[in-house]
Amino acid sequence: MSALVVAQHDNRRLDPVTLATVTAARRLAEEVDVLVAGSGARAVAEEAARIEGVRRVLLAEAPHLENPVAEDLTETVLTVAGDHEALLAPATTFGKNLMPRVAARLDVAQISDIVEVLAPDTFRRYIYAGNVLTTVRTRDGRRVLTVRTTAFDRAAAEGGAAEIVPVEAPPATGLARFVRREVHASERPELTSARVVVSGGRGVGSRENFALIEKLADALGAAIGASRAAVDAGFAPNDWQVGQTGKIVAPELYVAVGISGAIQHLAGMKDSKIIVAINKDPEAPIFEVADFGLVDDLFRAVPELVERIEKIKREGAA
Amino acid sequence: MKILVPVKRVVDPNVKVRIRADGRGVDTTNLKMAMNPFDEIAVEEAIRMKERGLAREVVAVSIGEPRIQETLRTVLAMGADRAIAVETEVAVQPLEAARILRAVVAREEPDLVIMGKQAVDDDSNQTGQMLAALLGWPQATFASRIEIVDGEAEVAREVDEGIEVIRVRLPAVITTDLRLNEPRYASLPNIMKAKRKPVERTTPADLGVDPTPRLEYVEFAEPPKRQAGIRVESVEELVAKLVEKGVIG
Repeated sequence: MSALVVAQHDNRRLDPVTLATVTAARRLAEEVDVLVAGSGARAVAEEAARIEGVRRVLLAEAPHLENPVAEDLTETVLTVAGDHEALLAPATTFGKNLMPRVAARLDVAQISDIVEVLAPDTFRRYIYAGNVLTTVRTRDGRRVLTVRTTAFDRAAAEGGAAEIVPVEAPPATGLARFVRREVHASERPELTSARVVVSGGRGVGSRENFALIEKLADALGAAIGASRAAVDAGFAPNDWQVGQTGKIVAPELYVAVGISGAIQHLAGMKDSKIIVAINKDPEAPIFEVADFGLVDDLFRAVPELVERIEKIKREGAA
Repeated sequence: MKILVPVKRVVDPNVKVRIRADGRGVDTTNLKMAMNPFDEIAVEEAIRMKERGLAREVVAVSIGEPRIQETLRTVLAMGADRAIAVETEVAVQPLEAARILRAVVAREEPDLVIMGKQAVDDDSNQTGQMLAALLGWPQATFASRIEIVDGEAEVAREVDEGIEVIRVRLPAVITTDLRLNEPRYASLPNIMKAKRKPVERTTPADLGVDPTPRLEYVEFAEPPKRQAGIRVESVEELVAKLVEKGVIG
């Protein structure tokens, strides 16, 4: 079987979520190709060609693919889909937007957000906000999949020497066009790939108080997350949201501050290696998944935590 | 402008579902049901467009067992003009739902379809994109702001990196994200009024669509449980544990 992975990138660098998607592809196919669709994205194609286990990199370049809309990207994917029995993309907003459009055009029932490949036609995925783990089998000849990238190890970024094959991108559809992107510039690590994540919930109380979360994140070199309740309350931007309807994270260390632990939040972080919860409510459900729970007022505990971490760092440096 | 709003009836997101004893499904008998929260946001947005004079008519559609009529009554009470119930006992999956909705669109000819980005039961996040693909229409997924400008929709999309703004030609399919709006509660007079609004009943067969699912859900299981952790008594103890685990220091 042959699989095609649609690469996520920004025309300069390959997003590491692509590496985990390649791993998922290799679990079901002997031959894995990667499609890089973009503009001035040669460097991305070269990066993709070095991924271990990749056979070919298909490079489609056109000005309208610089910031591609799903309509145009779909046409490009369809021109190269024919040779592959499986099409995969990361279950990020990029892949979630694109792949169902591709699947419908191919008359394939897509399987979203897979966490395990059991057989080339059988996969595991969660439903009901992570409450139920299902096994799904497809009867279609072809499969279209999005991949929960925290559930698969990243393929080695070096070691491969795939051929780069240019492919022609179809013209723009004219149905939709990119206007602009508003990105929150940040020096912090990216949330979905960070080694440490510090998240705040409704208990943080206000947007201003989130500065406390930021201080702890900086002390730990962490990315910042938030519960849906905190986002709904306007304390934090939506791209910080961790959970069923936001991002899925699985860092080495997840620190939940003032988060009660609604099932929708747990769905996004319960695969973290070590979970720390700080909450003044001893009954909060977050404590049921926490490796280390501290029942305390976050406004007292977090500053002390920052101070003690800084002290260890100073002593380590000395 | 005419707006079509597809809505799904799901288990109330605050209720924990149980797996059937035979592991072949989820037991939803006697569970509290609700409108999918993202679809509620879609209904609210469509009604606001009507209130602003942008839309002339808001039509709701739902697919499922006959009790979807209850959900459609809620949509009518929120302010939709009429509703279509596509009745089937089959648990319809996204591709078939998109094909049913395409048939409804062919009949109703809306200028805009607004629907939730995902249903909180199967968490697939597919139907809107699939519907747009089948219709050959543009899509604007995960919307947090919608403006109609010069016969196009300008949509701010919630993406992993922040916000992406795109323009789509109409007709189009837009899927909603959480921050688009806060849905209203239906008032008592509007609930009474909704009882007189028309709900048309049809079936997938009437619409020429076979709703048989293509994906087979062969097993349902509890997710792996995390080992219970410990309570620490102080920040000092917490830091000591984290140093011991090698995650700080």
